Amino acid sequence: GALWDLWSLARSVLRFHRALAVYARGALWELQSVRLPGCPALALLPLVACPLRARSGPAMLPARRLLALGPRALRLPGLRAPARSYAEAAAAPTQMSFTFASPTQVLYNGAAVKQVDVPTLSGSFGILAAHVPTLQVLKPGVVTVFAEDGTATKYFVSSGSITVNADSSVQLLAEEVATLDMLDLAAAKSNLDKALSQLAAAPDETAKVEAQINVEASEALVKALE
Amino acid sequence: MFSRGAAVLVYQPQWGQVRNMATLKDITRRLKSIKNIQKITKSMKMVAAAKYARAERELKPARVYGVGALALYEKAEIKVPEDKKKHLIIGVSSDRGLCGAIHTSVAKAIKTEISTLSDAGKDVMVVGVGDKLRGLLQRTHNKHLLVTFKEVGRKPPSFGDASVVALELLNSGYEFDEGSVIYNRFRSVISYKTDEKPFYSLDTVSGAESISIYDDIDADVLRNYQEFTLANILFYSLKESTTSEQSARMTAMDNASKNASEIIDKLTLTFNRTRQAVITKELIEIISGAAAL
Repeated sequence: GALWDLWSLARSVLRFHRALAVYARGALWELQSVRLPGCPALALLPLVACPLRARSGPAMLPARRLLALGPRALRLPGLRAPARSYAEAAAAPTQMSFTFASPTQVLYNGAAVKQVDVPTLSGSFGILAAHVPTLQVLKPGVVTVFAEDGTATKYFVSSGSITVNADSSVQLLAEEVATLDMLDLAAAKSNLDKALSQLAAAPDETAKVEAQINVEASEALVKALE
Repeated sequence: MFSRGAAVLVYQPQWGQVRNMATLKDITRRLKSIKNIQKITKSMKMVAAAKYARAERELKPARVYGVGALALYEKAEIKVPEDKKKHLIIGVSSDRGLCGAIHTSVAKAIKTEISTLSDAGKDVMVVGVGDKLRGLLQRTHNKHLLVTFKEVGRKPPSFGDASVVALELLNSGYEFDEGSVIYNRFRSVISYKTDEKPFYSLDTVSGAESISIYDDIDADVLRNYQEFTLANILFYSLKESTTSEQSARMTAMDNASKNASEIIDKLTLTFNRTRQAVITKELIEIISGAAAL
């Protein structure tokens, strides 16, 4: 199988955590900042975790999609066309419109699938049609998609976000996606060892955080492949 | 008027003939230079066509990705409360010119936005992605420029680039309440449209009413989600922008080559006429010289 570029993987996960500006390898951009008077220059904003529990909202809003009936072609003269009326969208709450994409490839676009299992920062859960709306952030792990006929396909995602809307549309945006046959277990294990040694040898806070992310990602990789 | 007889300015009446007829050498020189220019514009068109093909191919998944990223804002219909003052405009363009009205259309949209928002009493700051925007905006709107990015447009944009921009934005210290990205949306090979997509800050989103239907969202999770969405929106606008730019450059270079061919045709005709006139003049001189004998 193709080797997985773990550095780009860890890099992508890092973007979530507001550490010091780590510029992506290969990006040649020079930044020219016009300093605002009185603003601290490039301050390191501390990672604040204050869990505010939002109140659970009211019941899901029904998705009324108005469909106009096209003019019935009753071309017989003398007969009036039937009155046009609006119809409720039949499919909305019972079918999930699943979009699964990464910046470079689209895996599902508005597809109707039965269930999706996602690994998120607040735990893994499965999403079926008519799931309560939610916004979640992914952590490195395996996404399993169960199609209508029951076949399951597994993908490894590095990071990303998932949105479940009130009209049962699910957008799973992953930063990097790979099917499991593209990943090599031996390379993943050696990456994990390297990441652990980096974590032990990390000189400062930023390097420690990066190494920690690397370790988490490598562990998830190894777990997915075993 | 002239007191000294020695230094007398001789005034030659020129109203008879405004300019001398171009000599053969002048015309030859012009023809050569315009032919060179045509070669250059043709090759630039080829290069732009190749880059456009690649950009359009990469735009297809990026479009699905970007539409997915914007879906939350569209479906949730987040309304910003009226007292929120700080606005951020991100203009997406590139460093390189010769692409028609790409940069000026984005700059114009930014300028009208700035004036509308300033009249409404809001603070506006502008982020320019692409050196050309900096050049267009810094003379008149220098105090609105927050940060600009260069080295855009040389290579096709990647998600890494978008995340660099997003990170720098978030670290800049400007606490915006809402913002918009102004970019050129690609419609077809010959047309693009300057479009504007809104995005919101963490506080605005968490304070919005329609967000309460989303179940049990952690503040930390929401912040991560927002940052990721910002990077996604930037990535999508970068992709669209590059595709529009390459197609516009292709069209511009194609027009330039066509104009150059027209000039070459006209000049070639002038050249032939001039050549014939020179030959006729020499003949007449010879004949009148011979007749005088």
